[in-house]
Amino acid sequence: MPISESLKKKAEEIVFRYPEDKRASALIPLLFEVQRELGWITPEAEEWVVETLGVTPVRVREVITFYSMMRAEPHGKFIIQFCENISCCLTGGEELQHHLEHKLGIHPGETTKDGLFTLKCVECLGGCSWGPMMLVNEDQYFQLTKERVDQVIDGLRSGTPVKADHPTPLLGNVAGEKV
Amino acid sequence: MIGNGSTRLLSRNFAVDNMATVDVALKHGAYEQFKRAVKMKPDEVTEIVKASGLRGHGGAGFSAGTKWGFIPKDKFPRYVTVNGDESEPGTCKDRLIFERDPHLMIEGALICAYAVQAERIYIYIRGEYFYPTRIVAEAVQQAYAKGFAGKNILNSGWSCSIHMHNGAGAYICGEETGLIESLEGKTGWPRLKPPFYPAAIGLWGQPTIVNNVETLAFVPRVLEIGAEKFAAMGSPKNGGTALYSLSGNISKPGVYELPMGTPLMDLLNKFGGGIPNGRKLKAVIPGGSSSHILTAEECENLPLDFESVAARGSMLGSAAVMVIDDSVSIPKLMHWMVRFYAHESCGQCTPCREGCDWLLRLSKKFLDGTARKSDIDDMWELADNIDGKTICALGAAVAWPTKSYLVKFRHEFEAVCKN
Repeated sequence: MPISESLKKKAEEIVFRYPEDKRASALIPLLFEVQRELGWITPEAEEWVVETLGVTPVRVREVITFYSMMRAEPHGKFIIQFCENISCCLTGGEELQHHLEHKLGIHPGETTKDGLFTLKCVECLGGCSWGPMMLVNEDQYFQLTKERVDQVIDGLRSGTPVKADHPTPLLGNVAGEKV
Repeated sequence: MIGNGSTRLLSRNFAVDNMATVDVALKHGAYEQFKRAVKMKPDEVTEIVKASGLRGHGGAGFSAGTKWGFIPKDKFPRYVTVNGDESEPGTCKDRLIFERDPHLMIEGALICAYAVQAERIYIYIRGEYFYPTRIVAEAVQQAYAKGFAGKNILNSGWSCSIHMHNGAGAYICGEETGLIESLEGKTGWPRLKPPFYPAAIGLWGQPTIVNNVETLAFVPRVLEIGAEKFAAMGSPKNGGTALYSLSGNISKPGVYELPMGTPLMDLLNKFGGGIPNGRKLKAVIPGGSSSHILTAEECENLPLDFESVAARGSMLGSAAVMVIDDSVSIPKLMHWMVRFYAHESCGQCTPCREGCDWLLRLSKKFLDGTARKSDIDDMWELADNIDGKTICALGAAVAWPTKSYLVKFRHEFEAVCKN
């Protein structure tokens, strides 16, 4: 797949964030943008990143394999990152994870046969006070219950996604009084 | 009184509709302190922050003003980096600053950049924060449009640009030199110390200030109310308030802004509503998963500030308070905790890379009933072999909690051993 004009334009914009002689700094944001557009970092795209930034192929490989959000192989249309860290586990996350696995019919790290969902159990997503939580692609969902998980998955299956928790609801005294 | 919901300092505008929009933010006083700051001498600003007792809210609790003062006098260019990697388990307060009042953080970063005469600001946000990133990126554009960033800002003769940079899933990038490596487009391997602070040699080898989001968001408030009043708000040596992330087995989880030194049991009972479901308190992790666990008895009469929590043998860290009730098995908690570090060890130092993996393997034995009593001592020794023997503090971050779980709750580990 050739690199699209929009991706090339985006690359220019990203490289511009760094001093002229520090193009290599754009590596992580650029790879991020590649997988946002293509779904994953294809070998061709990887080569293009090498050329665009003037870095060695091994440097790019190193970064792709180091960061857990980098995808060097095709994934499902919806990537679910389900938190399995302490706060989410303390609020029922483990049981919910099993429910989600059962509902999707896959284990963590797998993709459903229809190519719709990839399930990843991940470490802390920074939603500890709103646990259990998950991300579906770029959307955050908090205070999950079995019912809420079902709604989210069913909504994506039927093409009528439920609203994500954007912004994060205010819990605690930071909610204050409504001004 | 600060903290009862009516006179919050940092979070007072969180509930304002569209506060992330610059015009709304301006109506609530955004950038006023920055306008004042650029009329002062840069060193004056640093002195005010120093005098306020503002400490780093990312975990280490280092004096913010002192850190700024470490910038070498004649080395340019200089940079400021906002550490928005927020990935210490239990910590979820920077997320709210990004989403609910991004201009406060941007203003703080600008004041910092002016104080150290930096020419660029990088806002480093963890990759998983997609929505917060969108809000901040938009806010940065609006700050430019209003002339708070760019060339000759507010006719001060000083120029500074602001740029976004996302991480991509690595706990280690919250460590300030790991973050800098990541900003340079590399794997986030922390740098050798010394130099202890990137203030001397940081991003691209230049002087760099790396401050946590919350720390920088406090800076405009310090200028607004003055160093003296800010310092008086907290406890000795701990200025102002803090955003405490409260999670786990608690009736009202959430983020609470309270004065530094607020008693832990007040946070749990008065604000957090106590332990739900008729359960009793078993333990508290007071400062993110890297801190030593506290037994219920140790939680009594404990002011939540850096010195007091340290004196009790733990640390305030990022003020992420995780509450554990008496239904939770500590061996299971151990497994959840070491699983995190085994996944997140960056692999640079052998004791941590190998040790975390072995800790994870041993922790599983306590769950499937195959553990022996010797495994308890083996785990302690593994942790001890990591502690203080790695380049960055992440080694201690797994060693400390591991040792504390084993020592304070040894009976729970012994109870599930075969022999």
